Amino acid sequence: MLRCEAPVHRPHSLEDALALRMELPGATMLAGGTDIMVYLEAGQLQPTAIIDLSGVPALRVLRSVTGGQYYGAGLTCTDVVGSAHAHPLIREAALTVGAVQIQNRATLGGNICNSSPAGDTLPVWLALNADFELASIHGRRRVPAARFWRGYKKTEMRPHELLVGIIVPPLAGHMHFRKVGTRLAQSIAKVVFAGRYVPAVDAMLAFGAVGPVPMRCPEAESALIAGASPAAVAALVEKEISPIDDVRSTQDYRRKVAGNIVRTWLEGR
Amino acid sequence: MSIGTIGTSPPRRDGPDKLTGLALYADDLRPDGVLYGATVRSDRAHARILSVRRDPTFDWNGITVLTAADLPGPNVVTLMTDDQPILADGLVRHATEPIALVAAPTRERALAAAKAVLVEYEDLPALLDPLAAEGHAIRIYGDDNVYKRIRIQRGERCTVTGHLVRARYTTGLQEQLYIEPQSMIASPRPDGGIALVGSMQCPYYVDRAVKRMVGHDRVNVLQAVTGGGFGGKEEYPSILACHATLLAMRTGRPVKITYRRDEDLRCTTKRHPAVIDLATLVSQEGQLLELHARLWMDGGAYHTLSTVVLSRAILHVGGPYRCPFVDLSGTVVATHTPPNGAFRGFGAPQAQWAMERHMDRVARTLALDPIELRRRNLYRDGDITGTGQVLVAPGGFAVLESAERAAAAPFTRNTVRPGVSRARMAAGRGLALAWHGCGFTGNGEAKIKGKVGLEVRGDDIAILSSSTDIGQGTETIFPMIVGETLGIPATRAFNTPHDTGFVPDSGPTVASRTAMVVGGTCQKAAEQLLSLLRSRLGDGTFDALVGRWDPSWGPLKVEETYEVDPNIQWDPETYQGDAYPTFGWSCVIVDLRVDLDTGEVLYDRVVTSTDVGRALSPVLAAGQIEGGTLQALGWATAEEVVLDARGCMRNDRLTNYIIPTALDAPDMVTILEEIPYAGGPFGAKGIGEIPMDAPAAAVAQAIERATGAILDALPMTPERVFSALVPR
Amino acid sequence: MMIRFLCNGKAVEVETPPMARLLDVLREDLRLTGSKEGCGEGECGACTVRIDGMTVMSCLVPVYQVDGTKVQTIEGLADDVVHPVQAAMLAHGGAQCGICTPGLCMSAAALLESDPKPSREAVRVALAGNLCRCTGYQKVIDAVAGSLVEDR
Repeated sequence: MLRCEAPVHRPHSLEDALALRMELPGATMLAGGTDIMVYLEAGQLQPTAIIDLSGVPALRVLRSVTGGQYYGAGLTCTDVVGSAHAHPLIREAALTVGAVQIQNRATLGGNICNSSPAGDTLPVWLALNADFELASIHGRRRVPAARFWRGYKKTEMRPHELLVGIIVPPLAGHMHFRKVGTRLAQSIAKVVFAGRYVPAVDAMLAFGAVGPVPMRCPEAESALIAGASPAAVAALVEKEISPIDDVRSTQDYRRKVAGNIVRTWLEGR
Repeated sequence: MSIGTIGTSPPRRDGPDKLTGLALYADDLRPDGVLYGATVRSDRAHARILSVRRDPTFDWNGITVLTAADLPGPNVVTLMTDDQPILADGLVRHATEPIALVAAPTRERALAAAKAVLVEYEDLPALLDPLAAEGHAIRIYGDDNVYKRIRIQRGERCTVTGHLVRARYTTGLQEQLYIEPQSMIASPRPDGGIALVGSMQCPYYVDRAVKRMVGHDRVNVLQAVTGGGFGGKEEYPSILACHATLLAMRTGRPVKITYRRDEDLRCTTKRHPAVIDLATLVSQEGQLLELHARLWMDGGAYHTLSTVVLSRAILHVGGPYRCPFVDLSGTVVATHTPPNGAFRGFGAPQAQWAMERHMDRVARTLALDPIELRRRNLYRDGDITGTGQVLVAPGGFAVLESAERAAAAPFTRNTVRPGVSRARMAAGRGLALAWHGCGFTGNGEAKIKGKVGLEVRGDDIAILSSSTDIGQGTETIFPMIVGETLGIPATRAFNTPHDTGFVPDSGPTVASRTAMVVGGTCQKAAEQLLSLLRSRLGDGTFDALVGRWDPSWGPLKVEETYEVDPNIQWDPETYQGDAYPTFGWSCVIVDLRVDLDTGEVLYDRVVTSTDVGRALSPVLAAGQIEGGTLQALGWATAEEVVLDARGCMRNDRLTNYIIPTALDAPDMVTILEEIPYAGGPFGAKGIGEIPMDAPAAAVAQAIERATGAILDALPMTPERVFSALVPR
Repeated sequence: MMIRFLCNGKAVEVETPPMARLLDVLREDLRLTGSKEGCGEGECGACTVRIDGMTVMSCLVPVYQVDGTKVQTIEGLADDVVHPVQAAMLAHGGAQCGICTPGLCMSAAALLESDPKPSREAVRVALAGNLCRCTGYQKVIDAVAGSLVEDR
């Protein structure tokens, strides 16, 4: 109902999108709209201009590349869920986003750039050692997921840049995803976890909704590689994360649940 | 002549329009020249209003602003007690209390204008804790902040020794969460009156409130198709109607007020939170010997219907169990929080949550099976209740046995849990029982004198009543009752629009009374119509007689008034006598699993068995039971209203006030037991509220059996369940 | 901005700010009030419509995004006869107060096109974005799982 008079720009190529990004550094990027429209209606956002990315075909690709898989930032959750090639962990996370109507619109890039600490897919990128490809008219650069989120709703992206894709390297190991919300759909995570573990070699334990940014637990990961027990790893996880009390849940709950999820996964592996 | 409609499930009358999007709800209407209203609300719990000003930087062109000073009549929302102002005048007693109104040509302008009305306050100390309210130095209501106290004492004190079991049980606020937010349109009538159309349960509540405010009778109120109520649209729409009327009178144009969801959540009534202390004396064999109950409810800043909610709570707190001595007392107090009000169950769910949990505690103490304990105490034919009512054919054993039989059948576990591929789960089953008084308490119907009119219109029969369809099926059930009584197809009878300008006052659409009481009046009206025909024409079928009716004899129409069963004796002073004309009975068996890592509860199956008297339409009856059951499961484990320091709802969005989705709902097995009530049409009892009563306690018992965790406070959110789990 | 799209098979043109919500354009400009607003933030699903076959929350769609697309609302779910979902919902008692019903029907119709004989679990997943407070979902799921859209 709230009226937004901001002009909308609809580039149809990546070049045009990047040129607009350069020209309008204060513009709001919109793809599926599932976050932006909520902010607008709540009066939390007064955009001066909108750059719509939904019409850029180059952003909606999923392909194999040297060094792994490339996910266009404009892929919707439904695209990923429906693709036989999508990584199972990414697909599982995409299935937990909202419900069908939201998955039909919400994009991978939107989830990443909205950078809510509770974003459902975000720990997955950490666990998979993904790189985010950022582009501007000056060129492209890759930022590891682990360095992308800089603080609450702050990212590594510069004003002229766009997130264009995600590169997921081919990684082996046991993997696990778990989202905890109060209901099974249309829920915002209280804790969301993605893990990957190659015994004695590599471990990634990544969480959302337990700190200002999606985060890994380096001490717990090291301990896991070194052969620590699941209970010991879980205890380190509980120490490393920094959840808060808010209207959805409590610090204490999030902390213990995060530890439990990791422990149950490792014990059952 | 029976034509066999009763007990079948024809498609609901309003179904086609609702399924094709043609049904018009209040916000779908847009009268010519309509303006949009918005409400300026208090952001303080308790404060003096020093000034109400317009922000000089805002463009006020085309915008109307009203305050209490603009009221044409008494500043009172007419309901039970004249304590709630239509607009706060000098003092606000709760956060979100209406202070001023604006009307503007667009909804967005109205919202912006409401924000540009600046209220200056002087804060006063606020009283938010209901347990501290009684007699507190900060006065909200009367001289002790008590809206009402009720005490019921009956029976002989126990002379033998028994086990004393005592504990405290609590429940939280719950939002009705009708999916259609509150909405109302007031339009000036050519005769200088006001026509209202809106989302509501009780057109005559609105009618009375607006007439009193405007000081004349040129008011009519029409119910629009209403998107759910559950009590939330019982008394609240009167406030909205008064507001819309004030703006329409001032501007001379139709004014629509539709709440945004966040506003609706923050400011409308909720289920009363309750604290219930129970103490029982029990024999070694598990016989209840004495029951002592002390119950507190938080009514919020104004009276609304709180005294009646308390009454129903006290009358149900003993649960469906006989006890030779009861001492039951309750208090509903005032606090500086938004007023609480009607919600499906009306106090009974809170009370029976406590009693059912207490039965589990007793069983634990005596090392008895909790179901066997219930069996030993469940009311039997001829037992006497705490008010001295002699029960005739109570249905507790019938529903218990049929539910247990059904629960013995195998079922499939709920397997779809997006984002969960591995979990440590513990399964458990829980059972709870409940009773629910149908219709108004005691001789309440004698005061209401609900009326129904019937008119022959060509081949069809018009049914005139103010009993609205808010989803439960009135538009379908009344024609079935009338058709069956007249011996004609139900499709030839229809409810006329529920407009107070044309229909008589049938009493409010509340208290599980519509099918049983007003439906019964429909039946009597149809019988009266037949008598009228036969008085002139002798015997014959309805159609044959109607064809021979001479119009000079007068119109073929009748009006029937509900007649209270003269055998019902009730003393509202002592709370002794027949508390309700009859009771419904319910048994609920829940199969669930608890995620031991998170405290989340996953529902697999719920079996309910409910004594409905007679299922007029089994599909509609089951629909009531199933919907109410899920609403109760939401109350049990998901729905929590979080208040901030001003007593204002913090989680005022559907992302954080959590109701169950299709994935969270269990498979339901719904058994309708039929133990007829002679006073209801074809034996029907009221069923709208009873599904709210037993599920939460069944869930708690199931959690306890699955995990050992004992929970005595609602809601049993994952956080609370988790805290109660034994650490790994 | 002039937005053109096919709405329930008919070409429509609407002059509107591009960031207007599709829901408002449908309800206010086109007077198609079958799509309801229950929350305005994509939680309740009462505003569900289909864009090029995909279900969306129309409260979360800026209207410029439907320019050049096919939009289907509850008013256009069935041409002349009722859609099997509507018939099944009527027969099974899947509608009560009716406010969530149009959205539920849109989600169910989309499911049945890709999965004509869905399991109850598939129905639950497909309808999880449509909150209903009246039915407990039981009769809705009965209806949709039993709709059996005929193979064509």
